[in-house]
Amino acid sequence: MKTRVTVNGEGYERDVEPRMLLSDFLRHELGLTGTNVGCEHGVCGSCTVLLDGEPVRSCTMLAVQCDTRRLTTVEGLACDEKMHGLQDAFSACHGLQCGFCTPGMLMTLLPIYNEARRLNDDEIREAISGNLCRCTGYQQIVEAARKALGEAADLADLSDVTSGVIGQDLTDR
Amino acid sequence: MKPPPFEYVVATSVDHAIDLVSSDGDAKFIAGGQSLIPLLSLRFASPTLLVDISQLSELRDVRRAGDVLYVGALTRHAEILTLPIVNQDAPLLSEAAGWVAHSQVRNRGTFGGAVVHSDSAAEFPAALLATQATMVARSRHGERRIPCQEFFGSHFQTALNHGELLTGVEVPAHDDSTRWGFSEFARRKGDYAIGGAAVSARVDEQGRCTRVRAGLIAAGPGPTAAKGLDEALLNRVVDESAVSDAVARAERHLAPESNVHGTKEYRRAVVGESLRRALRMAFDLDHAGTSRRSA
Repeated sequence: MKTRVTVNGEGYERDVEPRMLLSDFLRHELGLTGTNVGCEHGVCGSCTVLLDGEPVRSCTMLAVQCDTRRLTTVEGLACDEKMHGLQDAFSACHGLQCGFCTPGMLMTLLPIYNEARRLNDDEIREAISGNLCRCTGYQQIVEAARKALGEAADLADLSDVTSGVIGQDLTDR
Repeated sequence: MKPPPFEYVVATSVDHAIDLVSSDGDAKFIAGGQSLIPLLSLRFASPTLLVDISQLSELRDVRRAGDVLYVGALTRHAEILTLPIVNQDAPLLSEAAGWVAHSQVRNRGTFGGAVVHSDSAAEFPAALLATQATMVARSRHGERRIPCQEFFGSHFQTALNHGELLTGVEVPAHDDSTRWGFSEFARRKGDYAIGGAAVSARVDEQGRCTRVRAGLIAAGPGPTAAKGLDEALLNRVVDESAVSDAVARAERHLAPESNVHGTKEYRRAVVGESLRRALRMAFDLDHAGTSRRSA
């Protein structure tokens, strides 16, 4: 079945079986292996991607359901070798050990970062409650999120525009 | 962990969708897929045909119609949580939505899908049993309206026939004399509950309870309405002892099933305590351990 999607600003068309999961479509058809597949039944959150700007679990969607839709994966974060602010914060705060859950964590936090919303620690924990990490104990992930979201919000406050670089939708780049 | 093969068609109208599913005994509707796709991946379901209804904008309607809030089947959990009209006219539903899974699921999952899945441990069926909502369903034979107490069966069964599509739900609208409460306990917030309760009640000008209903979460083989509340609460100003009496009466009827998260005795205690907290919240008693969302 013909399926056309825009991923990280680039258009793709593939002929796939209706039963193909979006996670497999991204990894096997498009070669975008940054999206990790953990539980494959909607529990662990590691396969989180953005669908039209909103976090969804790519293992719990059919690729054909994404026809004509816009996707953002973790490959869409870094720009010309320069890490995204969220990635920098995860690196600085040791927000990962094995790194398997990290793409899902980043994609879950990305819309909040883009909107320059300032969350307290409880809200951060609530925001990432659908993403399991088996290494860190979450503390450094919360610290990384606090740092990144704080910086995004500070910058938005400073420039008094949320539609500038920070608020820019990555997929429109 | 891959779904079995199936055909897939995007429906262009409600009638189209109903025709397709009615013509094939092994066909299923799909919208957000947040329950169905895991069931496919786990091979608990193997339909021959999936009919995607997610493009049908007529199922996305949310509107006030007289004394009820009509919520279209395709309304997503995230919208139930944030739409001002739902916050205002069906606050219990909005509260329940905040307990449904996590943001990734709430962005995709549809209200109608969660309702027809009829999971004993799900939040929306309990909220609908509490508010005494009415289900609106359409089939080749036309439309029918089903009271929620006749809708939910045991073990993922509903009153819907094959080829019959839930198009929306009519939820009695919240007003000055209605009260509500909600409480749930799960190992990780957003996971399926170990136990929970949703309460909806009416009080008269003297503060006496004139109507009370509760939907219980993970309390039996299907979505369960609490029994025994009328005897304990009706026509009186509800206080602590009335709540304790109501919980004791309701607990006698509970038959939760044991599973890896707890024995049936433990789960009965969790459901009972959830009901106590939801009732205390509804009747404005000390509601420690519960939180009312600021609408």
